[in-house]
Amino acid sequence: MATYNLKINGKVRQVNVDSQTPVLWVLRDHLDLPGTKYGCGIAQCGACTVHLEGVAVRSCQLPVSAVGKQAITTIEGLSANGDHPVQKAWLEHDVAQCGYCQSGQIMTAASLLKSNPNPTDEEIETHMSGNICRCGTYLRIREAIKSAAGK
Amino acid sequence: MAEDKNFNRRSFLKASMLAGGGMALSVSWFSNAVAAVATTPGQLPDNSQAPGQWAHLNGYIHITTDNKVKLICPNPEFGQNVMTSLPMILAEELDVDWKNVSVEMGPHDNVKLGPQFTGGSNSVRMYWKPLREAGAAARQMLREAAARSWNVPVSEVTTQAGTLRHASGKSARYGEMATQAAALPVPKEVKLKTPKDFTIVRKPSRNVEGHKIVTGKPLFGLDYRQEGMLIAMIQHPPAFGMKFKSFDASETLKMPGIKEVFSLKLYEEGFEQAGFDTRTFNDLLVVVGNTTWEVMNARKKLKVQWEQAGETKDTMAGRDGKREVVVPGGLESTTVHFEKMKEYGQKPAQQLRKDGDPETAFKNAEQIVERTYNAPFLAHNCMEPMNFFAHVTDDKALLVGPLQGPGWIEPTLSKILGLPADKIEIQMTRMGGGFGRRAYGHYLTEAALISRKVKAPVKLIYTREDDMTYGIYRPMYTATYRAALDANKNLIAFQVKGGGIPEHPIHANRFPAGAVDHYLAEGWQIPSNITIGAFRAPRSNFNAAAEQSFLDEVAEAMGKDPIEFRLELLKKAKENPVGKDNDYDADRYAGVLKLVRDKSGWGKAGSEKYSRGVAAYFCHNSYAAHVVDMVTRDGKPYVERVFSAIDCGIVVNPEAAGNMVQGAVVDGIGNAFYGALTHREGAAEQRNFDTYRMIRHHEAPKMVDVHFVENDIDPTGLGEPPFPPVFGAVANALYKNTGKRHYNQPFGGRHADT
Repeated sequence: MATYNLKINGKVRQVNVDSQTPVLWVLRDHLDLPGTKYGCGIAQCGACTVHLEGVAVRSCQLPVSAVGKQAITTIEGLSANGDHPVQKAWLEHDVAQCGYCQSGQIMTAASLLKSNPNPTDEEIETHMSGNICRCGTYLRIREAIKSAAGK
Repeated sequence: MAEDKNFNRRSFLKASMLAGGGMALSVSWFSNAVAAVATTPGQLPDNSQAPGQWAHLNGYIHITTDNKVKLICPNPEFGQNVMTSLPMILAEELDVDWKNVSVEMGPHDNVKLGPQFTGGSNSVRMYWKPLREAGAAARQMLREAAARSWNVPVSEVTTQAGTLRHASGKSARYGEMATQAAALPVPKEVKLKTPKDFTIVRKPSRNVEGHKIVTGKPLFGLDYRQEGMLIAMIQHPPAFGMKFKSFDASETLKMPGIKEVFSLKLYEEGFEQAGFDTRTFNDLLVVVGNTTWEVMNARKKLKVQWEQAGETKDTMAGRDGKREVVVPGGLESTTVHFEKMKEYGQKPAQQLRKDGDPETAFKNAEQIVERTYNAPFLAHNCMEPMNFFAHVTDDKALLVGPLQGPGWIEPTLSKILGLPADKIEIQMTRMGGGFGRRAYGHYLTEAALISRKVKAPVKLIYTREDDMTYGIYRPMYTATYRAALDANKNLIAFQVKGGGIPEHPIHANRFPAGAVDHYLAEGWQIPSNITIGAFRAPRSNFNAAAEQSFLDEVAEAMGKDPIEFRLELLKKAKENPVGKDNDYDADRYAGVLKLVRDKSGWGKAGSEKYSRGVAAYFCHNSYAAHVVDMVTRDGKPYVERVFSAIDCGIVVNPEAAGNMVQGAVVDGIGNAFYGALTHREGAAEQRNFDTYRMIRHHEAPKMVDVHFVENDIDPTGLGEPPFPPVFGAVANALYKNTGKRHYNQPFGGRHADT
């Protein structure tokens, strides 16, 4: 067990956990931030996507000891009131069915648009293909990303 | 205090006041179960003084004096969007402004809130009439209250979006009349709107939980927590047909955060299982600790000796009484399954339907087309793995989490825990997918027993691997179809013989039964210790693939256009039906084929670059047809666009309905190309998404153009019907694309013909 001071959603949060604990479980079990989801635990589904210094990473494969001073953003901290352009586009296109994968999808999409504000369809496909949606909302996800692009 | 007891036809409608005034209206499904309670304005019962009455105040409609309208969704939400569509039905007849309505998931209460089962494409279908009546009754009571208050005839009181009006200029918001309305008797008869007057139903509405979803609010079972809650995981055997013999937990117990390791029996010997009590493993090896990661890690240190379970017996309690079911022992493998299915397919089978004289017709045929189709087990793979919270004490139980049918698991919990049903509270969270998997509540029973054993609130969590290798799969299926053609290439006889592990898929009275003079349907099954369960459109999800591929091939042999060929058969089924009990409506079936033909420009110029495949199917009371347009991309077949035509009656929420159909198409393409759960020596060979291939973003079509047949038929269901025919349409497009027929699913997988 060790103590870590993590920069999460603009605040410093202290946790005392085993060094190998994935950030996913630190968020969910220790910091009451359950918006980041468990789907597979092996970085195959993208449900656990968070931003590390603005870049999308799979938190199920990120040991807490590897975070250091890097800032983590979760779905809860993506915007103050759910008004990030990607979140708004998700509502506009009524993307969600069950909704379980969508925080991961949104975090992946937000990171794409940050690095590439106007992606082509192909770039969207490539970037989003690590996130599984079992309900099959991919078409709406694509449309929502295109709506949010450039905003 | 006025009390009104109505035990006539309308007695299931009950009005009550809310604390602080206002009105609650509930619809009870059992008329003798709830007495209507209403109170006089100014004499509101105190909650603490009359708890019995307030226990009933949980209806569908809540209106407060300050005009807050809260509508209760009775049915569990797994992504089919009932939390939006069911309240829309209430709001329509109540005549409130949809923008001012809030929605909540109801508690589990089958008396007040009806069957509360999500499945069978039934949510909107079964709640359509009761919710309309509840909304209309509340509106009528509000009008009556206004009429008394204004001293005018009730017939002169009109409503508009939550406001009561009279020609004299008087008006009042619903909230102002709600308390008085709650004291009135519930009307015996209510007039429902005609569809042309709908202002909310049929208008696209966004998901009422959309904002919570995109901001990551704790909506799901896995997100639920309570102070002092422990985490539990179950180590199940590495293979079907095995059980644990002994275990050594000493290393596990040394790991940080671990509380207890123990074994537990789920069902005692002779326990009478109800239909949804399916479970794969009965002896549970449980690890309980403080946090998920600690339990996951510590579980790896368990030293377990496994042994073969051998033949076991289950006692099933069904509608037909008690019966013993023998579950075979042994370690099963997919390769052996295929060999066995081939062997069984040659044996005599159970006759399910026979019209005319198929034997003679086949003997006299000029040409016989015969093809066999196979499909593997499929895992549901809900994105949120199975989990449930339980807190069981000596005198009560609280269970919170994702499930499709609380009313089915409650009697089981009651029997196993020895608690009366009214001491068992089940709260339904939003489900991260269901697809049939969460109709089987073994994981609630497991969680409850674990909580009782450790005397603490516990959340049981399945890892992805636990979830995928547990069973309750879509069965493995096969079917051999035969068509007899005469010298003029007319279809004179049709035969299907279907089998599966452990059940056959055949719906004997489905199309093309009724459209062919000589018809035979047969079924057979092979017992297995691999458990199965409902999977989005059970049986249909295989039949539509096989039958619709076969009809495509028969049409080709006859030299006919595949849509025209089906329409001819449907015309015969309509005008001159063969046999009895044909379970489809030939007009509605033909309707979706015609619509998809027109919308896709079938047979017209403009789609030459595509390999086109068509399929249609009827299941769960609704009709669906798809045209799939395939191209070759990077050397592989890719479905680029799809046209869909659906007849599910009145579409309550076109926004969600369109989403549902698009999702079903993506789901169908994914399972047709990649879906497979295979076994070797009893062990599932796919344990996670690295080996179980799910359709991904770049594999989804660029366009799914969804069209609904417009009619005023009461809603007939949508969750399942669009799914099955996707498989057939993909198979038929694949033939055009590759020049080769595909008989074995998945088309892109290891048992594929490609």
